[in-house]
Formats: sequence, structure tokens, C-alpha cells
Amino acid sequence: MKRVLKLFVLVMLASLLLSACGGAQEAQTTSDGPFKVAVVMPSAVNDLAFSQSMFEALTQIKNEMGAENFDFVYSDNMFVVDDAAAAIRDYASQGYNLIIAHGSQYGASLKEIAPDFPKTSFAWGTAGDTFDIPNIFAYEAYSQEGGYVNGVMAAALSQSGTIGVVGPIEVGDAKLYVDGFIAGAKATKPDITVNVNYIGSFSDVALASEAAQTHAGAGADVLTGSAQMVVGAIGVAEERGILWFGTQADQSSLAPSIVVASQVYDWTVVVDDMIALIKEGTLGGKAYVVTLENEGLLIVFNDGYDLSADVKTLAENTIAGLKDGSIKTGVGE
Amino acid sequence: MWADLFTGSVLVGLLSSGIRLATPYLYAAIGETFGQRSGVLNLGVDGIMLMGAFSGFYVVFLTGNLWLGLLLAIIVGAIMGLAMAFISVTLNAEQGISGIGVYLFGLGMSDLLFQKLVNNVETVRGFQPLHIPLLSDIPVIGEIFFQQNILVYGAYLMVPIAWFVINKTTFGLKMRAVGENPEAADTLGVSVAKVRYLTVTFGGIMSGIAGASLSIALLNVFQQNLTNGLGFIAIALVYFGGWRPGWVLIGSLLFSMVNSLQVWVQVIGIEIPSDIAVMMPYLLTIVVLVISAQRVRQPKALSKAYERMD
Amino acid sequence: MRVRWSALFDALLPLIATLAALLIGAIMLLILGANPISGYAALFEGAFGSMNALADTAVKATPLLLVGIGICIAFRSGVINIGGEGQMILGALAATGLGLAFPDLPGIIMIPLVLVVGFVAGGVWGGIPGYLKARFNVNEILSTIMMNAIAVQGMNFLLRDLMIDKLQKGAARIPQTARLSTAYDLPRLVPTRLHLGALIAVILAIGVYFFLWRTTIGYRIRAVGLNSHASRYAGIKVPRYIILSLALSGAFAGLAGAVQVYGVNHFMITDGTAAGFTGSAGFNGIVAALFGQLHPIGTIPASFLFGALLVGANKLQRVTQVPAALITALNGLVVVFVVSSEIWRRKNARRRAIQALEANKAGEPQPAIPVNPQEEEHHVG
Repeated sequence: MKRVLKLFVLVMLASLLLSACGGAQEAQTTSDGPFKVAVVMPSAVNDLAFSQSMFEALTQIKNEMGAENFDFVYSDNMFVVDDAAAAIRDYASQGYNLIIAHGSQYGASLKEIAPDFPKTSFAWGTAGDTFDIPNIFAYEAYSQEGGYVNGVMAAALSQSGTIGVVGPIEVGDAKLYVDGFIAGAKATKPDITVNVNYIGSFSDVALASEAAQTHAGAGADVLTGSAQMVVGAIGVAEERGILWFGTQADQSSLAPSIVVASQVYDWTVVVDDMIALIKEGTLGGKAYVVTLENEGLLIVFNDGYDLSADVKTLAENTIAGLKDGSIKTGVGE
Repeated sequence: MWADLFTGSVLVGLLSSGIRLATPYLYAAIGETFGQRSGVLNLGVDGIMLMGAFSGFYVVFLTGNLWLGLLLAIIVGAIMGLAMAFISVTLNAEQGISGIGVYLFGLGMSDLLFQKLVNNVETVRGFQPLHIPLLSDIPVIGEIFFQQNILVYGAYLMVPIAWFVINKTTFGLKMRAVGENPEAADTLGVSVAKVRYLTVTFGGIMSGIAGASLSIALLNVFQQNLTNGLGFIAIALVYFGGWRPGWVLIGSLLFSMVNSLQVWVQVIGIEIPSDIAVMMPYLLTIVVLVISAQRVRQPKALSKAYERMD
Repeated sequence: MRVRWSALFDALLPLIATLAALLIGAIMLLILGANPISGYAALFEGAFGSMNALADTAVKATPLLLVGIGICIAFRSGVINIGGEGQMILGALAATGLGLAFPDLPGIIMIPLVLVVGFVAGGVWGGIPGYLKARFNVNEILSTIMMNAIAVQGMNFLLRDLMIDKLQKGAARIPQTARLSTAYDLPRLVPTRLHLGALIAVILAIGVYFFLWRTTIGYRIRAVGLNSHASRYAGIKVPRYIILSLALSGAFAGLAGAVQVYGVNHFMITDGTAAGFTGSAGFNGIVAALFGQLHPIGTIPASFLFGALLVGANKLQRVTQVPAALITALNGLVVVFVVSSEIWRRKNARRRAIQALEANKAGEPQPAIPVNPQEEEHHVG
């Protein structure tokens, strides 16, 4: 045992020496050069859901502004909160202009870290709270709005009078979407049955698939669901000819014959504005909401699905109503 | 509300769900049973499943050829099984820990390959339901049992085969001998290493197929961590089954059907918090084992490395 | 002198194995178009490069060490505890619940109290599989896998319902508790993120060493692990010691959960998985314990080095911008390589034993570190 301890002490000493030689370099934010963004995300950048929506927004901004004006780096799969905190702190110390903590679980960490880096701007979401810290932005999505629109269409399209919902865990963005969906469906057909199933996981594709089978067995002819594990449910819907409504990303490509429409998050609305503010010297303090109205939320219809004209009109009227406030989802707020 | 659970459509749903869901568990658990019967605990099942699931999916994604996909899943499973055998038999490494290493490697590697080779979540056209002539036309029963895809049938076919191999063949005898008393088996001229290599590699192949059964037969999609810990449940089911294929089958069906039941409970609107409902299959598996009070002894040499003293 | 060299080789073995795994990682980095040299420089800097990095490494190592010393106890009594994830969660939930229920007590009273509660809660959650094994012959691998899943769902339920932050009752409902009173934060040791929990873990590791090797109960636990038949004949109540060791193992994991909450996070949140809270420390602690030769003292440096790998690898991801999936795969390779390298150590040990026999009384017999409980049988028997 002593041997191991001795070695351990040696390694420690060596590393301390090396670190002393290396020295800690504190990079500073430079005004020239590209605008640098670092983003920390809880799941994979290709999850076809929450993380991918932000990754795509940043990619789009990079394409628009050009690589010489905008650059971003990312850390994906940062589902462990303290790993994410370490990443945020590290990016901050390297002089990034904006650090996006893309997950509602990161808020508490930002609250601690942001005051240590007053010249760096931070953003997190989905949430509405900047903690009154001047260099924190917050952003959230009124996903209940898209849920409502999808619900309206789902109820109009359902022949059997039964609709199924496959959810992850009964919280946050997913719950907002589901509640909005139910409200929209009920507003269209008050006697419609909406069966809801939360499978207790964001990643259990197999169980999501079985949940869809169960909804089908219970008579549902229209399904929806939120989070990355719904790919399992979409497969079942396609196999059994059940209509599907998506959210968080355009899911048409997965099953072109049965996906009617998807609610898509377009975070460029938020990020563009943050960049503009930061360039003017405002590093935070603003809480954003993406809605149908500011077009941070979009309903993307699947071209491959032949949606009847009257249902499409109904959807467009609902979108217009939600935009001008004549329709309320009754969820959240 | 609770009475709604006892309707025909729910029962049919439960049975067919149970049969489908049990498929990956069966492949993985039967493969693991072989390894454990010969004394090797492989905790890396989930990682091997993920690698099998991705490789099968990728081939089908590129070529559309399902059998080629299955073949690659088998090959990749075999390679990983062989690696596990090398680690645990030749290098005599602590099995539980090396299994965790294999799991982490499979989890990361399958995700990395997916991100680099496919990048987007894509679907493929997997094995389609195979209607068995005549039988599939029987009302209700036909729908439940005889309209599944071929990998589902294959999983159930493995149960009697595994039983036969374990209990009725010379190899099965050698395998059990090696798992119970490797020293004695060795003295009798049975090569402990050879037997364990075979069983662990077979376990790898079965895990590979289990993964493929998800990605190209049941779900027809690949995603990061597609199995979501399913391989660990499969290992638990080996213990549930007491290293007997028939009981592994019962355990897999029970777990899957209770899982399906909790989905139904939520879907028909019984007022129970979703998280509590999700606990049901896990809780019940323990409870059933306690009540059934099985007294099955585990293979004596399980998870013990065997070093020849020469 | 040859003995000395082989002893040094033994001690260096895990490092050599890690380097071999990193070499394969370097090839993977090259394929991904990243520079392995700058990548590994980043790994080293991220883990050891500054006081803050060292502190982060120690903070990462703390739950590994706590879980790991529990694993030492379980392994020594011949049971495998893979329920560390669930036990950490239970410990954290109980400790957090208590801290939320009594927000206005002085820290000096409350901090010890919440840690003890976490310890006890983890112990209960670990004791259940112990009882099930002793009483009903339910295999502990099965029951702990199932109980991990149950604990996760229990956490999800509590955090989105009973324990949710009142501020979150509104629309978005993030499943998290309120921040615990700052008076209950574990004190920082030096002006870094290093907290008291790290010190507690080290002290407890030493304590467990004395417990296992210097007390009757500890001796009996090890006796049960070495040979449960002989122990039964010797009058040791085997079932009792199986329950005790699994309960203790769970208790240390539970304490790890409480320490994680009060030392690092200061609140609880769930993303629906165990790993979201534990960072897989419940599993990685097993690996750390094995790297430490299933010896509580050896687990101290082993946890630190494993923590360094985890912290440094994240830094490597940030610098090279490779997908985080590579880090997971690399982590797996390191575990496989280190655990496989044990064979050389055992070969050395055997050779030394033979040499010692041949030298016979010419010098002191080399006290061999037992590689695993089975091998120690020869010394005791």
C-alpha cells in the first residue's frame, strides 16, 4: 500500500511542478476577431429534439454571418450538472463572448458562475429567470402554443375520437407542450378523449414505442409526443397508419406518410438579438420567450402529407388567433 | 377505472406487447446464461447490444439488406464477446469491472460511430411481421402470437434450443462442469478456457442480435443509448431465471408484461403518478422472486477467474 | 533489489495500462481529425494544471472514494453491490428533505445531521437487498439493478411533486428543489471548490481500514467473504454479516449522495436519469475500489486518479471539440486495460512468493497485498 501512496505523492508533486511551469493563462475577451459562442448541452447534438434545435440555430447563424465573424464550440452530453458547471466555467475563463447553457438544469450553476466573469455574457434556458444578474440572459419557449395548434388539428383529424400522447417526464417544456396540446384538442372537440402516458425517461425508445402501441390498442388514431425518445413512437405510428404531430424539431423525414406537422424551435431569433445586445455592451438581464408571434416557434407542415384544406385553414386561423391574442391556450402564464 | 383493465383489448395488448418487448431481453439473457453457466459474469451486455444495434442499423441504412445487417450485428457481437473472453479468461481480469469497461466502451463507441457515420436520426425499413400461414388467421391468438417479425420468433426458438444444449448435450455438461468446479473439469481433460471462450463469444453474438432486434426489427431506428440500460435488466433476468432458459423466458415475459401494464394503467387514465407507475415492473420482479422463494444455487465458480497452477 | 523493481512495476502498472489505453485513444483522436498531443496536454492540464483543477479533481473523486470504500466492504464479504447509484440517490433525497424541512438551524448542528441521515438512508436502501439475499436468497445483482430504477423514479416523483421548489410550481416546472440554506454548505477547505466532504471521505477510508482489519466485526465480514462455509462452522452468523456489509456499503454511497448535494450542488434536480445526479459515481466507485485493490487506503489515490481522468477528459473534449461520446468510449478502454493489467501484478506476486520461499528466512517475507478475497484465502487458511 505504501508503494501506491508513494507513487501518488510523486505524481502530485510532478503535476504541481508542471502546472507551475505552464502557468494559468487568463484569456481576455477581444473585440476584434469572430464573435465566439460556447454552448453546453445535455444530450447529443443530433438528438432530433432539444439539443439539436440549438445546434442548428448556431450553425445557421454561422452560415449567415460567416466563419470570420462568428464561431462556436460545444460540449454535448453534459447531463451531469457539475460537469456542465465545470465546462461553463472553463469556457468563461477562455474569453468566449457568450456562453449558452442549454438546459433548465444549468440555472443554479450559472447563478454561481456568472458573477465571477462580469465581462462574459451567459444565457440559459428554457427558463424565464435571469436572477437579476446583469450578465445572464434567459430564454424559454411557449411550446404550449404549438401544442395547442397541433391539438386543434389532431382533434379535427381524429375519426375515432381518441388521441394519444407519449411524454417523457411530467415536467418542464414537455409538460407545457402536452398541456397545450390537450387544451387545443378539447377546445376543438370537447368530447374528445386524450390519453396521456409519461414513460419516465427521455431516452427509452423501446418503451416509447410500446406506449404508442398501447395508444393504438386503446383506439387512438392520432398521436403526438415530446423529447428525443419519441422516434420509437413515430415508427409505430407509421407502421399502423396513425397520424403523428411532432415538436422540438421537424420530424417529417422520419415518416413522411403520417407526420402532419411539427412545432419547430428557431432559437436564431433569440441568439441574434443577444449578439446584437452584447455588441452594444448589454451583457444580459433580458428574458426571452419564443412564441408563434415572434416566429421563434414555427409550425412546419409536412409537404408529403396531404392535409385537407379546411383543417389547414383551421390551423392557420388558430395560429393567427394565438398571435394576436384572441385565442388563449390557458396553459402556463 | 380499474375495471377497464380487464377488457379484451387490454389483455390482447398486454400479451402482444409483452411478447414483443421480451424479445431483446430473451436474446441477451439467454446468451448471458451460457456465459454464467460456465462461470463468467459479463456485465458488458448493454454495451455489446449497442454496438450490435448500431452496426446492424448502419448496414441496413446503407444497403437496405436486413440479413446483411443482422450478419454484421452478429460479427460485431462475436468480436466484442471474444474480447470479453480474452479479458476474463486469458487475462483473468475481475469480471464485473471489465464488464463495466466493455459497457462504457460500447456506449461511447456506438454513439461516436453514429454521430460520425450517420449523424441524423434516420429510420430504416426493418424486418416486417411474418404471418404464419393458417395460425395467424386464428382470431385474437393469431394476432398475438403469429403476426410478429422473424427476430421475435427467433428469440422464442432460442429457449428450447438453449435448454437442450445446456441439459442434454456433452457441451452443456462440460459447460456446467466448468461453471461448478473448473479444477475438477480441468482434471477430467475439459479445457476450461475453450469452454468459456465459446460461451462468452456466444453471449456476445446473442447480445449483438438483441441489439439488432431493436434497431432493425422492433424500432427500426438508431439513437444514442438506444438500449437505455436494457442489457442490465437482461442480466437481472438471468438471476431471476436461476440460469434456466425456461425461467428466463418467464421472467422476461413477466417483466415485459408488467411494463406494458403500467403503460396501460396510465393510458386508460387511472389516477396514479406516472413515476410510480413506471416503478411497477422493477418492484414486481423483486416481489415475485421473494414470494416464489426459489432456492436456486448459482454456478459455484461464477465470476471467479480460473488460473491453472502449472 | 529485484524485488524492489518488481514492486515499483506493480505500483506503476495501472498508469502503464492507462497510458496504453490513451494510446489507442490517440489513434481515435487522429481519425477524428484532432491533435492527440494538444488533446492530452489539455487532459493533464484540466486534471492537474492548477490549484482549481486539482480541487475539481478532488471534488470529482470524493463520491468515487465514498462509494469505493463501501464497495471494499461489500466485496470483502463476498457480495457485489451495483446499487450505488440508487443508494446515492436515496441518501441525497433524505439529506435534502431534512435540510429543506429545517431551513433555519445553525450549520454546525445541521451539517452533521444531514450527513448522518444520508448515511442511514443509503444504508437502508443497501440493507434491503442484503436482507432479501440473506432471507430469501434473492441475488443482490438482480435486486440492486431493480432498486436503482426504483430510486430514480422515486427521485423524479419527489422532485416534481413533494420536494419541488415553490417557485417552480408555475408553468415551466423545472423538477428541482429550492436551494438549501447557505448555512448548510459544506465548508470550503482552501479557496477553491474543494469542500469538507473530500476530507471526510479520506478520514472515513482510513477508518474503514481499521474497521475491516482491526475489529472483530470487520474480521468476521472478511471471514464470511473468504469462506462462508468455514465461517458458519466457526459460529459466525453469515446472513447477518451479509446484510451488514451491504447496508454499510449502501450507507457510504448514501453519504456520497448527501455530500454531493451539500458540498457541490446545494440543491437537487433531475433529468430523469440516475447519472444526471450521480455522474455514474455509483458505478465508477466500483472501478475505483478495484483499482485500489479493494483496499480502503488504496482506494484513496485510485479515486483521485480516476477523478482526474474524468475531469481531464472533459477538458480534452472542450479543447479538441470531439464528440463527448469519445470520452465515454475512452473511459471504458481505460477500465478494461487497467483491470486486465492485474495479471502481471499477480504473476509478480507469485514469483515473489516463490522467491521468498526459496530465500527462506534469509530476509523478511514480503507482505503481499491481497489482490482479491479469494487469493487471501491462502494466507488465512
